Amino acid sequence: MKLLNLIFRNILRHKLRTFLTILGIAIAVLAFGVLRTVVTAWHSGVDAAAADRLITRHAVSFIFPLDYAYKDQIARIPGVETVSWANWFGGVYIDKQKFFARMGVDAETYFDVYDEFQLTPEELKNFKQQRNSCVVGQDLADTYGFKIGEPIVLEGDIYPGQWEFIVRGIYQKKNKSTDGTLMVFHWDYLNENMAQNSPNRASDVGWYIVKIDDPSKAGDISERIDQQFSNSSASTKTETEVAFNQGFLAGFSAMFTAMDVMSFLIVGIIMLVLGNTMIMAARERTREYAVFKALGFTGSHLTKIIMGESLLTSLIGGLLGLGLMVLAVGAFEATLPKGWFPVFQLEPSTIILSILAVIIIGVAAAIFPIQRALSTRITEGFRFVG
Amino acid sequence: MSALIQVKNLSKSYWREKFEIPVLNNISLNIDAGEFLGLMGPSGSGKTTLLNMIAGIDKPSDGEVVVDGNVISGMSESQLAAWRANNVGFVFQFYNLIPVLNAFGNVELPLLLTKLSKAERQQQVETALRIVGLSDRIDHYPKQLSGGQQQRVAIARAIVTDPVILVADEPTGDLDKASAEEILALMERLNKEFEKTIVMVTHDPRAAESASIVHHLDKGDLVKEVVQ
Ligand SMILES: Nc1ncnc2c1ncn2[C@@H]1O[C@H](COP(=O)(O)OP(=O)(O)OP(=O)(O)O)[C@@H](O)[C@H]1O
Ligand SMILES: [Mg+2]
Repeated sequence: MKLLNLIFRNILRHKLRTFLTILGIAIAVLAFGVLRTVVTAWHSGVDAAAADRLITRHAVSFIFPLDYAYKDQIARIPGVETVSWANWFGGVYIDKQKFFARMGVDAETYFDVYDEFQLTPEELKNFKQQRNSCVVGQDLADTYGFKIGEPIVLEGDIYPGQWEFIVRGIYQKKNKSTDGTLMVFHWDYLNENMAQNSPNRASDVGWYIVKIDDPSKAGDISERIDQQFSNSSASTKTETEVAFNQGFLAGFSAMFTAMDVMSFLIVGIIMLVLGNTMIMAARERTREYAVFKALGFTGSHLTKIIMGESLLTSLIGGLLGLGLMVLAVGAFEATLPKGWFPVFQLEPSTIILSILAVIIIGVAAAIFPIQRALSTRITEGFRFVG
Repeated sequence: MSALIQVKNLSKSYWREKFEIPVLNNISLNIDAGEFLGLMGPSGSGKTTLLNMIAGIDKPSDGEVVVDGNVISGMSESQLAAWRANNVGFVFQFYNLIPVLNAFGNVELPLLLTKLSKAERQQQVETALRIVGLSDRIDHYPKQLSGGQQQRVAIARAIVTDPVILVADEPTGDLDKASAEEILALMERLNKEFEKTIVMVTHDPRAAESASIVHHLDKGDLVKEVVQ
C-alpha cells in the first residue's frame, strides 16, 4: 500500500505527543486487562461449582455444625443420589502465611461427588485404606513440593493438637477452572480424635454435600431437605453449590461489579485520549488535506490515511499494553496467596476483548477527523488559518 | 480551432448569512493551448476565485468552464478529482509542501494516484527535480530548503504528471527578488520548452512581464487585456 509511508511519517510527526498517546493507551489496556482477569477469575470460581450438587448447612451459619445422623435422613429423600460431608479444619501449616483449604471429608464418597478432582484408582484405594492419609491438589503439591508417601504436619486450632497426615494422592484438575489447591483427609480420623478428647463435639458435621440425579429438581429437593429438619435442634439451609459459592463471595460481588463497569469506562477514556490527539492532528493538517484533494486524492484516500494513523497508533499502544498485561498478571499470580481464586490467569477472552477494544477505539477516534477532512471544501482548506 | 480553456459567462457569489456577496460578474475568457496568461488586480478582486474555478477546485454559481471539450463546471466531485489529477498542476504562494515528506516524497505524491511502478515513479520524480534544478536536494525535507527551493519542489510536483495546465497563485509572492526571478525563468521555460499552458495570478508587475497576455480584474469584472 503506497500510503503506508505517509501514515508512518504522520505518526512520527509529533514524536512526544504520539509517545504519550501510545503510553496512555498501553496503560489503559493494561488496567483493562488486569481488571478483566480479576473479574473472570472470580466468575470462574462460581462457574466451577456443579449444578447437580447441593450444600446443606446450618440455617444460621455454616460455622455451626450439623448432626451426623442427618446423613441417613437426607439419603432417603427421592432424587438424592449420594450424600457426602465435610468439616472445615483450619489449622496452620508451618506459619499462618501458608494458607490453603484443609477439610476432613468422607473418604468413601467425597471423590465420587467431586468428580472434577481426579485420582488414579490406585491413589483412591490407598487413600481410603489408611486412616491418617490425605489427598492434595496438583497446584498445592507444586507450590509446597508435597510428594506421595511424605507427611504433612498441621497445627490444629479449631481442632487442637498436632496432626500428621501422609500424602496418598495428588488429584489432577478435570477443568482449568477446577480448584487445585485443596487438602482433604478422613473425617473419620478427625471424629475419632474428637470422640476421645472432647466427646461433646463428636459426630459434628460441617456441611453435607448432596449429589442429586437431576439439576432441574434442585429447588424441590432443597426444600424437602430443609423441611425434614425444620423442627429439629439444628434446622438447615440447602442451596445449590453455585448459590453457596456466590453467597460465600457475596460480600465481594459489588466490588467485582464495580471493577467490571470500570474496565469498560477505561475503554471510553482511551477513546477520548486518542480521539483528542487525532482531532488536534486533523485541525493542524486542514491545509494539507486541501492540498491532497487538489492533487486529486479522493475521500477514500484521506479516509485510509487518517484511519490508518489512528488504528496503527491504537494497535501499537494495545500491543504494548498486552505485553505489560502478561507481565502484570504473572506478577499478581505469583504474589496472590494460593487459593484466593481457583484460577488467576490471562484468559484468551481477555486478550481478544482487549484487541477488539483497541480496534474499536482506533476506528472511533478517526471518525470525527475523517468527517472533518471530507466535509472541508478545498478552497476553505486553503483559506484556513490554524 | 477552439481555445483550450473556455470560461463562459461565469459568475460567482458567496453567501454570508443572508447576504449574497458577488465576487465574479459574468466573466468570459478564452485561453489557447500554450498560452502564458497572467491575472492581475487589486486584493479581493476575485483573482484566486477565478483561478480556482479554472483549476476545478471550486464551482461557479452561474456559467461554465470548458477545458479541452470537457465541461468541468458540471462534473461531480470524484470526476473532478480524477480530472485534476490528470490535467492540472498546482503552484501556490506558500508552496504547500507536506512537511513530513522529503523532496522526493512530495514530488512523488501525484504519482501515487497512477498505476506507475515504483521504478517508473522514481524515474519521473528524478526527471521533474532535474528540470527544476534540484537533483541534489532529493532527500531534503521542506524545512531544510530555502523558500525558492521549496517553490521549485512544488513546481516539480506540479509537472511530474505532465499535466496540460499549470495554475499558479502568486508563486513569487513570498520570495525575495532573486528567488522570484529564478521561479519566473523556470515558468517561462516550462511554457516555451515544455509547452505548458499556464495561468498565473500575480500582484507583481515584474512577474506579469513573463506572461504573454495579462488580464486585469477589478471588483469581479474583467477590465483590461494586455497582449505583450
Ligand atoms: N469562501 C469564501 N467565503 C466568503 N467569501 C469569500 C470566500 N472566498 C473568497 N471570498 C471573497 O471573495 C472576494 C475575492 O476573493 P479572492 O480570494 O478571489 O481575491 P483575490 O483577488 O485573490 O485577492 P488577493 O489578492 O488578496 O489574494 C474577497 O472579497 C473574499 O473575501
Ligand atoms: Mg488571491
